[in-house]
Amino acid sequence: MTDTPIIMREQQYGRIIAVLSKLRLDSFARVVFLVDKNGQEIAVQGEVGGLDTTSLASLAAGNVAATGGMAKLIGEKEFPTLSHEGERESIHICIIGRTLLVVVFDDRSSLGLVKLRVKQASRELATIFEEITRESEQTAQDNPLLAGITDDDIDSLFSS
Amino acid sequence: MTFINYASREINCKIVYYGPGLCGKTTNLQYIYDSTAPTAKGKLISLATETDRTLFFDFMPLELGTVRGFKTRFHLYTVPGQVFYDASRKLILKGVDGVVFVADSQEERMDANIESLFNLEENLKSNGYDLTKIPYVLQLNKRDLPNVVPVPDLVTELRRRDEPVHEAVAATGTGVFDTLKSIAKLVLTELRKS
Ligand SMILES: Nc1nc2c(ncn2[C@@H]2O[C@H](COP(=O)(O)OP(=O)(O)O)[C@@H](O)[C@H]2O)c(=O)[nH]1
Ligand SMILES: [Mg+2]
Repeated sequence: MTDTPIIMREQQYGRIIAVLSKLRLDSFARVVFLVDKNGQEIAVQGEVGGLDTTSLASLAAGNVAATGGMAKLIGEKEFPTLSHEGERESIHICIIGRTLLVVVFDDRSSLGLVKLRVKQASRELATIFEEITRESEQTAQDNPLLAGITDDDIDSLFSS
Repeated sequence: MTFINYASREINCKIVYYGPGLCGKTTNLQYIYDSTAPTAKGKLISLATETDRTLFFDFMPLELGTVRGFKTRFHLYTVPGQVFYDASRKLILKGVDGVVFVADSQEERMDANIESLFNLEENLKSNGYDLTKIPYVLQLNKRDLPNVVPVPDLVTELRRRDEPVHEAVAATGTGVFDTLKSIAKLVLTELRKS
């Protein structure tokens, strides 16, 4: 009785990558990534080398969850965007449904430009994710991968 | 919430370690971290206070191997135990796929266990989950200490359903992987049923 799994097909992943890639170029960002609200990384584009995107994804989600909690306490639904500006590197986070769009940028770009480009990209991402959510609910029912998992498969994970 | 990515061929699940303050949640994660090959794990992130008490959460991604050609990745989280961090605990339970309740076996922590378990049920409910229906494991930790409550008494007091029960000494690693395997199995089994 946990939530239905989200199932992302390769074709949908490709479309997400295309949007992220364009967003990165248009906003002169270092890295752009899409994270699920629970902190799981969905897709990344950019100069990832050396950047621990898994940790960043989890912390971005924690950040949004915490500020969302504060929003509720003062009578807001949520804060749709969050920005943290550092001396050289900055982060902009935008909530799109059940996902977060995270943009890491430096002084090659600006917060204003990032916000503008994010607004455009978020519409496309929202459309793709609505499709993923809709399909997930249908395919989780009789998904061949999930239904095919045997006790032996599970046991073999722990055999070593 | 499980996330299945056909492009990267990954199954991602979220497991939360719950329990009263100082029961050994962070120690469980630390032990798993220390005994896992670098290729199978990411960083262990601890958002802790200066005195090493968990402030928001600890987080560690762990890869357990492949099922049907898909990498299984478990995202392990702990919650802060102190009573006043309840808002954080509620947030961390969002999207959870499985819960481990770490009980502190010491006599003087019995009330804290009961209170924390009750709090878990409440916080699950407020996120729309039911403790009696989700993948769930009970760990009886700190079995090495002299003043522990006998196992049958702890079970009577703390076991909520048919959940697996594991005795542990997280500080030395005893029972830590048994607990992890147990919850991972339940999560994957649940996934198959979905
Ligand atoms: N004796 C003993 N001490 C433990 C055990 N597990 C954890 N501890 C100690 O209990 C204290 C609190 O542990 P910690 O993991 O930080 O608790 P948390 O608040 O649940 O995260 C630390 O000093 C640990 O070393 C155990 O099995 N036996
Ligand atoms: Mg802790």
